[in-house]
Amino acid sequence: MATTHEASAIAESRAAPARRPMRLFRNLSAKIASLPMVLVAVVIFVGCTVWTVVHSFTNSRLLPKLEWDGLSQYERLWSTPRWYVSIENLAIFGILSMIFTLAIGFVLAALLDRKIRGEDVIRTIILYPFALSFVVTGLVWQWILNPELGLQSVVRSWGWQSFTFDPLYDADIVIYGILIAALWQGTGLIMCIMLAGLRGVDEEIWKAAKIDGIPTWKTYTHVIIPMMRPVFVTSLVLIASGIVKVYDLVIAQTGGGPGGSSEVPAKYVMDSMFAAQNLGQGFAASTMMLLSVIIILIPWAYLEFGGKKRG
Amino acid sequence: MADPASLNTLAALDPVHERTGSVGDMTGPRGRRPRRAFSRANIFLYGTLILVSVYYLLPLWVMVMTSLKGMPEIRMGNIFAPPMEVTFQPWVKAWAEACTGLNCEGLSRGFWNSVRILVPSVIVSIAVASVSGYALARWRFKGSETFFAILLIGAFIPYQVMLYPIVILLRELGLYGSLWGLVLVHTIFGMPINVLLFRNYFAAMPEELFKAARVDGAGFWRIFLQIMLPMSLPIFVVSMIIQVTGIWNDFLFGVVYTRPENYPMTVQLNNIVNSVQGVKEYNVNMAATLLTGLVPLIVYFASGKLFVRGIAAGAVKG
Repeated sequence: MATTHEASAIAESRAAPARRPMRLFRNLSAKIASLPMVLVAVVIFVGCTVWTVVHSFTNSRLLPKLEWDGLSQYERLWSTPRWYVSIENLAIFGILSMIFTLAIGFVLAALLDRKIRGEDVIRTIILYPFALSFVVTGLVWQWILNPELGLQSVVRSWGWQSFTFDPLYDADIVIYGILIAALWQGTGLIMCIMLAGLRGVDEEIWKAAKIDGIPTWKTYTHVIIPMMRPVFVTSLVLIASGIVKVYDLVIAQTGGGPGGSSEVPAKYVMDSMFAAQNLGQGFAASTMMLLSVIIILIPWAYLEFGGKKRG
Repeated sequence: MADPASLNTLAALDPVHERTGSVGDMTGPRGRRPRRAFSRANIFLYGTLILVSVYYLLPLWVMVMTSLKGMPEIRMGNIFAPPMEVTFQPWVKAWAEACTGLNCEGLSRGFWNSVRILVPSVIVSIAVASVSGYALARWRFKGSETFFAILLIGAFIPYQVMLYPIVILLRELGLYGSLWGLVLVHTIFGMPINVLLFRNYFAAMPEELFKAARVDGAGFWRIFLQIMLPMSLPIFVVSMIIQVTGIWNDFLFGVVYTRPENYPMTVQLNNIVNSVQGVKEYNVNMAATLLTGLVPLIVYFASGKLFVRGIAAGAVKG
């Protein structure tokens, strides 16, 4: 901030013409006030992350200790079937939730953008699940998808006796049951972001498309969506960074069951660290989580900042 | 105006005139012809939106209806049907008697724990974030932007990576397991988004104000308290919405950083509902779930557009 420096420079030259005060003490109260932020950035975000990565190369079990153990934690991690299940679940869940959240979010935003009546009411309805916690979301959908209580029993009571829909009790499709809950909770947010993006599109473009006789759907696919690329990218990053953190939802909805078939990496980390007292495994698994976030973020940062800034 | 006689002859040709039987007049409504309310496109559009709304409302409906039923009715009937006999017993039980393990004080304990966590966390985190944002916007120093960049990148680090080292730090500080430890954790993880919000808000304020105050000899704190604060109510409200819903809905930090007697409402709810022993009382469980969701829902419905603004700002964070 040039003016700030000028102002303080003037103040300094007036106050102490003889010797310059130390650089460190310039803007002292601003520096003191920023101390919490600096501490959080350095100690927590850098320090703790580095600490965990370093300790993932040790054989810490009940307590962390710095005994170098090479890559053995990673070798053990990648030979654990449960970790593979977690990764596979996360991959299915992640890819599908990206596709569906983007698609549903965009379609809903486009529908809401057609100058309809009651837009506020419908937007409020679609967004309210986002205010609820993952625990609440998970529990509600646990009940709706419960075959004895929810949808299946209702459809059967209507007379369709062979109707079967029990994703939470079927190890092969349990992750899709979690996906349904996650979509219910998260699409509202993406819809709002997309709607803001659509509102940012110049009215003239719609008029021009109309004059040229381009059908509405084609205007969307060929003009509007390419124009909204930054909005899509932001949404995608948002969804992706949320996916890696999925934990509460699984705990509340299935607890990892049936038979560990809905495990996710975040749960693997938590269980290793706080239940199995196998800290090293937890650190290694969380480092893998960090790695996957970095892999997602770097291309985005590159696109967004043109390689000027590090991700 | 044109000759009325010729207007009438023109009107005679107008099909509208024929249909309505009124005196067709060319000076009728102007502008585009209104879309017909029941065109096929409209039926499709509104039909889809109504179906979608029903889908999104369904879980809330199920919870409210089931929480008002007695257990026999739940066993008999379907969860989408409204209760035949309304009872508030499940709500009372969820609040005052529901059990987690051997403890049967109901959700009220979790509720008050959450309140005790929420109030100081919101105050401390917003105070710290607003001052940091102000410093970043108006009092940059060497390296301040670097720290800010680290803070923003930090928002994308999975919490699991930092969980354990923070346990150690809290233990060293003597705060592990206490409410204040959790307050500190919420302050830390609320920082990226809130600092960003405040920084952008303060940076967008007219610089002349700041300069004038500097010329008059006001310092860092005085400018913040007497000039910036009175003008920044909207951003404080947005930040509060983010923090209140975020902290209330937190589960992970509550599990890791507090002892069972301090568990926040979300954790206690999960323990009540997913406890294996005993008969599942769906009505009590759903009442408990609604009670837990009530605070963020009230914040959501009361804040309206500001909530959308808050999460749109939060969209940058992730």
